[in-house]
Amino acid sequence: MNAVAIGWDRTVLELKMYFREKEAVFFSFVFPILMLSMFSVIFGDSFGDGDAEAAGVNAARFFLPGMVAAGVMLTSFQSMALSVAIERDDGTLKRLRSTPMPPVAYFLGKVGLVASTSLAQFALLIAVAKLGFGVQLPGDAGSWATFVWVFLLGVASGTVLGIAFSSLASSSRSVGAIVIAPTLILQFISGVYFAFTDLPEWLKQVASLFPLKWIAQGMRSVFFPDDWQTQEMAGTWEHGRTALVLAVWLVTGLVVCARTFRWTKRGTT
Amino acid sequence: MSAPQAPIRVTDLRKTYGDRAAVDGIDLQIERGEVFALLGPNGAGKTTTVEILEGFRKRDGGTVSVLGEDPQTAGLAWRNRLGIVLQSTTGLDLITPREALASTAKVYRTPRDVDEVLAAVGLTDKAGDRIGKLSGGQRRRLDVGLGIIGTPELLFLDEPTTGFDPQARRDFWELIGSLADGGTTILLTTHYLDEAEQLADRVGVIAAGRMLAVDTPANLGGRSSSLATVTWEDAVGTRHTEQTSTPTQLVSRLGAELGEVPKLTVTRPSLEDTYLSLIAPHLAAAGSEPELEVVA
Repeated sequence: MNAVAIGWDRTVLELKMYFREKEAVFFSFVFPILMLSMFSVIFGDSFGDGDAEAAGVNAARFFLPGMVAAGVMLTSFQSMALSVAIERDDGTLKRLRSTPMPPVAYFLGKVGLVASTSLAQFALLIAVAKLGFGVQLPGDAGSWATFVWVFLLGVASGTVLGIAFSSLASSSRSVGAIVIAPTLILQFISGVYFAFTDLPEWLKQVASLFPLKWIAQGMRSVFFPDDWQTQEMAGTWEHGRTALVLAVWLVTGLVVCARTFRWTKRGTT
Repeated sequence: MSAPQAPIRVTDLRKTYGDRAAVDGIDLQIERGEVFALLGPNGAGKTTTVEILEGFRKRDGGTVSVLGEDPQTAGLAWRNRLGIVLQSTTGLDLITPREALASTAKVYRTPRDVDEVLAAVGLTDKAGDRIGKLSGGQRRRLDVGLGIIGTPELLFLDEPTTGFDPQARRDFWELIGSLADGGTTILLTTHYLDEAEQLADRVGVIAAGRMLAVDTPANLGGRSSSLATVTWEDAVGTRHTEQTSTPTQLVSRLGAELGEVPKLTVTRPSLEDTYLSLIAPHLAAAGSEPELEVVA
């Protein structure tokens, strides 16, 4: 079989493993959907009057872009960083390397896993928002075109950065803390749980260095009324800069992966 | 098939970690269809040697040819002809033996049938269970199944039966014996001398990064030609011990004198005795703990 066929086979295997691991399914797949539902119920009354109501933005619509962005990071970055670090530690990677499997097939399997889970998660988020909370979804092709490139760049950079990040963990015991702490902090400072505008200026600057802020901003440009862009840091959606920052992270991640990826644990070769 | 040359040829192999020579000039040739066992205490250089042959580590000196190629530069076509059972493995907990074997089979050009391999390693009944729920011995047999699924010409087994109960070890020996009968060349490392004696055509003893002796299990260290020890009791119950190169003559003479000789034994040094005497001078030099796991 060629690398693509093996990659497809590995995608199926990766999906089986992913959905059999209850913790991973909960903390990366279900979590944003759960949070969207909870926030929409808890803060439902806060959006009943004023500007938000006039613009057709209820609680669910307000939190949807952040949850979509968090979902992108969890299913790509967090799940890659955790799974690759664990597979390196438990010898799965070394075992694969001992077979004639083309190395690219392993990465194709991971890409297939992330693509499937992130798309399925997005579909569920949209379904819950629309059917559960009556969120008004964008109807124009332009918004959805924006969604597609923000989503693709977000998932791609999250995947390569996750694989690169996995090398920082010296064992599968430490990987949980090393991966989950930064993703949690980034979610809080990147406008996922709180409106980004409420953050102090210096924290906004810090958040702007990382991809999640830009994914969230891109998603706001998709799901928020267009005139809300005046509330953003720059007063616009900054699509150009969003694409640039995500692309830089993607390329950086690829370079780091290519230079640091190891099939065996440190100290064994 | 390539030209009929030895699948493994190693000359003056060297590997150092810092200023410690883990492998200090090893020569080794393993013929096609041979089962070769590498014996040695922990830290002797067994795993380092094997991992260099498997292409997982780079050597610092010497020449290595495995199936006609240098493992440091060999590609996937070379890996297609190898089977590797790594020392201790975990992972794959969430899939089943059948899923693991089927997905591994797909990366080889001429894989064995998954059901046949499941039967060969005695996991037919466990084929649909999660690997995480298998016992240590079942797990290790799955590792061997994954190692042979690609119909390898050359199979590496790194301490394959550590943690097995005696029955599982017997079953495993049968499996390896049948692979060897089928023409697979096998290089195995082990702590168990009975395992080497049972399986190997030849054994090599490594200590402190050097090959101390290479021979058949029966002849290792001059075992077959060394003196036999004959012990018996005479008519009044006194115990006698005599070392002789002609034990048959001695026993015949005793038989003529005493009739049925009381408490007669004839022994030669066991493989274990020979092994321990071979490595004894090197244990202190290597500075390593002589961790021997010997099964009686």
